[in-house]
Amino acid sequence: MKHFAVKYLREEKLPTPFCPGCGNGILMNAFFKAVEELGYRDLRDFVFCSGIGCAAWIPSPHFMADSIHTLHGRAIPVATGIKLMKPHLKVVVIGGDGDLAGIGLSHLIHAARRNIGLTVIMVNNMIYGMTGGQVAPTTPRGIKTTTTPKGNLEDPIDVARILVEAGAPYVAKWTTYHVISLKNSIKKALRKKGFTYIEVVSQCPTSYGRNAGFKNPSEMLKWFKENSITYEKAKKMGRDIWKKKIVVGEYVDIYRKELTERIRMEDLDYEN
Amino acid sequence: MFWQGNVACAEAAVKAGCRFFAGYPITPASEIAERMAQILPEVHGIFMQMEDEIAAINAIIGASWAGAKSMTATSGPGFSLMQEGIGYAFMTETPCVIVVVQRLGPATGQASKGGQGNFMQARWGTHGDYSAIVLSPNSAQEMFDLTVEAFNLSEKYRTPVILLADELSAHIVEPVKIPERIVVVDRRKARDHSEPFFGSSDPKGIPPMPEVGEGLNILVTGSTHDEWGYRYTSDPDVHRKLVTRIYWKIEGNVRDIADYEADIDEKAKVGIVSYGCSSRTVYEAIDRLRGRGIRVSHLRFRTLWPFPDWIVEELAEKVNVILVPELSLGQFCREVERAAHGKARIISITKIGGGEMITPKEIIEVVERI
Ligand SMILES: Cc1ncc(C[n+]2csc(CCOP(=O)(O)OP(=O)(O)O)c2C)c(N)n1
Ligand code: SF4
Repeated sequence: MKHFAVKYLREEKLPTPFCPGCGNGILMNAFFKAVEELGYRDLRDFVFCSGIGCAAWIPSPHFMADSIHTLHGRAIPVATGIKLMKPHLKVVVIGGDGDLAGIGLSHLIHAARRNIGLTVIMVNNMIYGMTGGQVAPTTPRGIKTTTTPKGNLEDPIDVARILVEAGAPYVAKWTTYHVISLKNSIKKALRKKGFTYIEVVSQCPTSYGRNAGFKNPSEMLKWFKENSITYEKAKKMGRDIWKKKIVVGEYVDIYRKELTERIRMEDLDYEN
Repeated sequence: MFWQGNVACAEAAVKAGCRFFAGYPITPASEIAERMAQILPEVHGIFMQMEDEIAAINAIIGASWAGAKSMTATSGPGFSLMQEGIGYAFMTETPCVIVVVQRLGPATGQASKGGQGNFMQARWGTHGDYSAIVLSPNSAQEMFDLTVEAFNLSEKYRTPVILLADELSAHIVEPVKIPERIVVVDRRKARDHSEPFFGSSDPKGIPPMPEVGEGLNILVTGSTHDEWGYRYTSDPDVHRKLVTRIYWKIEGNVRDIADYEADIDEKAKVGIVSYGCSSRTVYEAIDRLRGRGIRVSHLRFRTLWPFPDWIVEELAEKVNVILVPELSLGQFCREVERAAHGKARIISITKIGGGEMITPKEIIEVVERI
């Protein structure tokens, strides 16, 4: 029997070009599980937008769907243009941390602020994978990369919390260890109308793992498991915890009226 | 209608079928966005002020793939920021219109003062090989007419089109006549997989354009791609085939695209070649020169790119000298000189700063000295 996800894929483009053990495959699987559980038999209702990077290659060209592979960092504005013209479509952005939180960060914050109905999935591998392992805005302090040969002197950005502040109605963060929760969050996000953001801390064994001292991908997964703490627990602890641990869970899940709905109804109501 | 050029541009866009505008405020182009914000909702179109010009160009690209005729408007600094996105539109063959109201640069320059320093940028602004369609108005009326034309060419050739205006045509308030019948061209739409979306057996061919959300599973990428949009990051033939077609679909149709005004006196030994705001000075200078019995010819380009070489060459064969007035330090002249192929002497008349125009007197003085 064929794998359940084959119906969502361009079979002739498989296998994907990702390195063995790359976290991208885990996300792909979780995404298709979510889509299947939601009852979609194909991806007709979806449009995927991605930027440049390994993670951006997840939908393009592999998904059997409309897929727009944009410039580095610019998937969100392209997706915004599409959503505004065709609000009935599920517009999903998949990209890396360099793409979405580095060069494209302002678009991400503004999309959350506007509450435009996109689902953004950020694969945070803490590194610039495609270009060969340079430091990213998400790289933890002290990590050696090709452009921080003595270790990173800067602190990483916490995108999930920024987006909560920016007004995103749904924000969740998991790791590639937390596949079931990740899948459930994707399901939830795809059902919500407003802007939804899911971050998945992921392993790039090729460009990050080796430099950070992990022998293999499963060691990284183990590290994700042991170094994660839930959002509920983290909230009760001191400020330092956010830097020391990967805080996983749903950061926010509220109702706010989505932008294209407000445009259609010329709704200036301040309540939602 | 008594309209400011920028208002005429916005009104024309909607009449040409534009239903999506994304922009970012900048002098001297902001009135286009302001007018669009008013009139687009009336036709169920979408106006969006984005977080920057990079977002604006990318949003109109997205809207275009969702089937909308889309537009943005900016000036020098914003146009510079948009360049990567414009290249993406060339590579993915995304129709859209980019209005650029030229001001003085580099950098912030003189924000509210007119200039013509974006002539080369409009053609060569983004990296790689491609050919661009660039139109340039010289009145409020032409802000209207050429905006319609920009949309039509964009849809016909499936390419971004740049309307290169300047502070004068953007801000001048003049009577604008709305034609009774406006010819509106729509893109050839792909409805199935019978023809590829990014290729053609004709090396100058323009493939049909699909739309997202219609079940066609379209792949769009700014990376080199084959005729169905699959990425080929190193195959030399795929790149050559794609990029030469994107180039020739424009360059090979230069005679269809060329739009110009020719005021030719077969006996004249002096010619003037101009575009945009500088051409208005030339009209005045020519009236005075002819009043004194001096014979002059004038070519004024509405299409700047692809550059209509042969028209310049024909003029150069008739006259001894060609004057090229412009509000930049010889960008336009350089192209005129190339096209003249040494068949006439070229004299560059340049002025920059403060939005000051070249005066008719300055042109007349040059003619007198020949
Ligand atoms: C404007 C621009 N700058 C730089 C690049 C080069 N570039 C390609 S991918 C990439 C980073 C990718 O990192 P990330 O988004 O984290 O994705 P990953 O490969 O790690 O999945 C960069 C800098 C580019 N394509 N465009
Ligand atoms: S470089 Fe890293 S992110 Fe890219 S495919 Fe390889 S493991 Fe995955």
